[in-house]
Amino acid sequence: MNYLLRKLGFYAVAFWAALTLNFVIPRLLPGDPVDILLAKLSQRGAVVTPETRKAYATLLGGDTDASLPSQYLTYLANIFRGDLGTSISYFPAPVTEVIAASMPWTVVLIGIATVIAAFLGVLLGAFVGWRPGTWLDSMVPATTLLAAVPYFWLSLVLVYVLSRVLDLFPAQGGYDVVLSPGWSLEFIGSAVYYGFLPALTIVLASIGGWLLGMRNMMVSTLSEDYVLTARAKGLPARRVLRDYAARNAVLPSIAGFAISLAFVVSGSVVTEQVFSYPGIGSRLLAAVTNNDYALMQGVFLFITLAVLGANLVVDLLYGLIDPRTRAR
Amino acid sequence: MTDTQSVPAAGAAAARPAPRPGPAPAWRMLLPTMTPWLATGLVLVGGICLFGLLGPLLVGDPDAIRDVGLQGPSGDLWLGTTQTGQDVFAQLAHATRGSLQIGFLVGVLATVLSAFFGIYGAYLGGAADEAFSLLTNVFLVIPGLPLVIVISGFVPRESRGLWTIAVVLALTSWAASARVLRAQTLSVRNREYVAASRLSGERAWRVIVVEILPNLLPVLASQFVFAVIAAVLGEAGLSFLGLGASGSATLGTMLFYAQNGFALPLGAWWWFAPPGLLIALLGTGLSLVNFSIDEIVNPRLKNARLHRRRTRQAARAAKGGAR
Repeated sequence: MNYLLRKLGFYAVAFWAALTLNFVIPRLLPGDPVDILLAKLSQRGAVVTPETRKAYATLLGGDTDASLPSQYLTYLANIFRGDLGTSISYFPAPVTEVIAASMPWTVVLIGIATVIAAFLGVLLGAFVGWRPGTWLDSMVPATTLLAAVPYFWLSLVLVYVLSRVLDLFPAQGGYDVVLSPGWSLEFIGSAVYYGFLPALTIVLASIGGWLLGMRNMMVSTLSEDYVLTARAKGLPARRVLRDYAARNAVLPSIAGFAISLAFVVSGSVVTEQVFSYPGIGSRLLAAVTNNDYALMQGVFLFITLAVLGANLVVDLLYGLIDPRTRAR
Repeated sequence: MTDTQSVPAAGAAAARPAPRPGPAPAWRMLLPTMTPWLATGLVLVGGICLFGLLGPLLVGDPDAIRDVGLQGPSGDLWLGTTQTGQDVFAQLAHATRGSLQIGFLVGVLATVLSAFFGIYGAYLGGAADEAFSLLTNVFLVIPGLPLVIVISGFVPRESRGLWTIAVVLALTSWAASARVLRAQTLSVRNREYVAASRLSGERAWRVIVVEILPNLLPVLASQFVFAVIAAVLGEAGLSFLGLGASGSATLGTMLFYAQNGFALPLGAWWWFAPPGLLIALLGTGLSLVNFSIDEIVNPRLKNARLHRRRTRQAARAAKGGAR
């Protein structure tokens, strides 16, 4: 229970920090986001009233009437009411609506790709670490190459080979545009088909890290006394591998999930750009190029919220599988 | 840098055990053992650094426009030309220099930041340690690139210089290293000689620099190498999105121009393949170097490797004897 409270407390602090960063960044940096935003807004035919100006000033700074603490409180109140302002690049849709439309694409893509990469990577890492020095082990430097490849470049190469030269997969988009989005079998099939290359990119680029981490932990776990004891008892090798070595070696991989996920999210933002995938990463970049500051902040908050949520789930799971963390 | 262990003389070693070398001098403990992996890594990193340092002096003007656009590699232009007929190889040399420059800069900045938050916090202990550690963990879970993108989005293009990008990248990438350094410092700070130095009234910075830091050198080196990899990758991503330092030429900006010049639909692989490959090879080389540094930090890894080597040699010898 104590463990649970501590974790919840930490993620609450982390989320508050992200909210505050979001508030501070536009106020600290040069440039006048509110004026740029309002100019774009009136271009799109919106009537700019003093109230609109005030609303954006609360979000982005530049409000001369209210003091900084009171701006901060209004900002927090707006966020908790779910009011993130109006997007100008998707005018007149509110930011939350734009995010809600694109979030599922990214969550499903990153979710599935990360689960596959983690599962395969840990599995392969366990086998490679179990028999160090075999031909599999000499593949390890190759996986560092995979881990060092920039996500977006890998997706460029995959598009070139699999889509342009071999013409197996579509190079762009998230689904066949003649279909209308919905829960029909045809649409889901098309989404899977279009999502294959982006997912393959993420799996290939992130599997190396999992494999390497697991392999190194396996190598040091194998020199533990309890593994030696298990072997000396004459237990079958498979059982020693599964129940004694791998179970303990996998713990740091799970504990390091936070770092891996932050990397994957960063990488997939750029990957979505290459594929023009309709996810949240493309929205973020579109917002940046269009000076759509409200959408930019909203997307950042939602990405952070999603990452924090995923980490919380993994942390709680970790508390379940490793009793030592709870005892501390 | 070679020593007796790295000489592959399997048959001779099995026949007569080599005389045990005397205790190595202390500074040797701080240098990694030469292994094939380390050699590969050093060659890769050294080669790319040389290319970045000397290449720009030897190639022609990377921006010169020719009337031979989108030419494949040939004897004259080794990596062909871009859409406007610029020499890709010349661009690659200049871009490598730019990427290495920002990688090194960010690596230093991030290592300094992580050393401050990791080592100083752990040294102080108590509430300061708790606060620093909380800050580190918060920065660790906030996704870095989206934050960098948001910051770059707010900074107007003209004031987005090399240093701005370097500072932003460093600010978002120090946390993981700080956590590692904190853990190491915690194990060092309670040793007796550190306590003795503290009790004799040494100032905090002296205790840290003279007593604690030497123990952390391998860890710092390894974290620095990680920071350089992360910085080169991060900068490449940022530049690829068109959010990098204005007026800079890095491997990321090359990829940005390749993508916007339709290198992919036009099938100009010689334009977009080399920059990414160079980033990947640099990252691989640095990772391989890091494996060897890790063996100093964690001698168990080295023992495991030596143990494997002995097992392999014994197996080979047994096979030879049976024949």
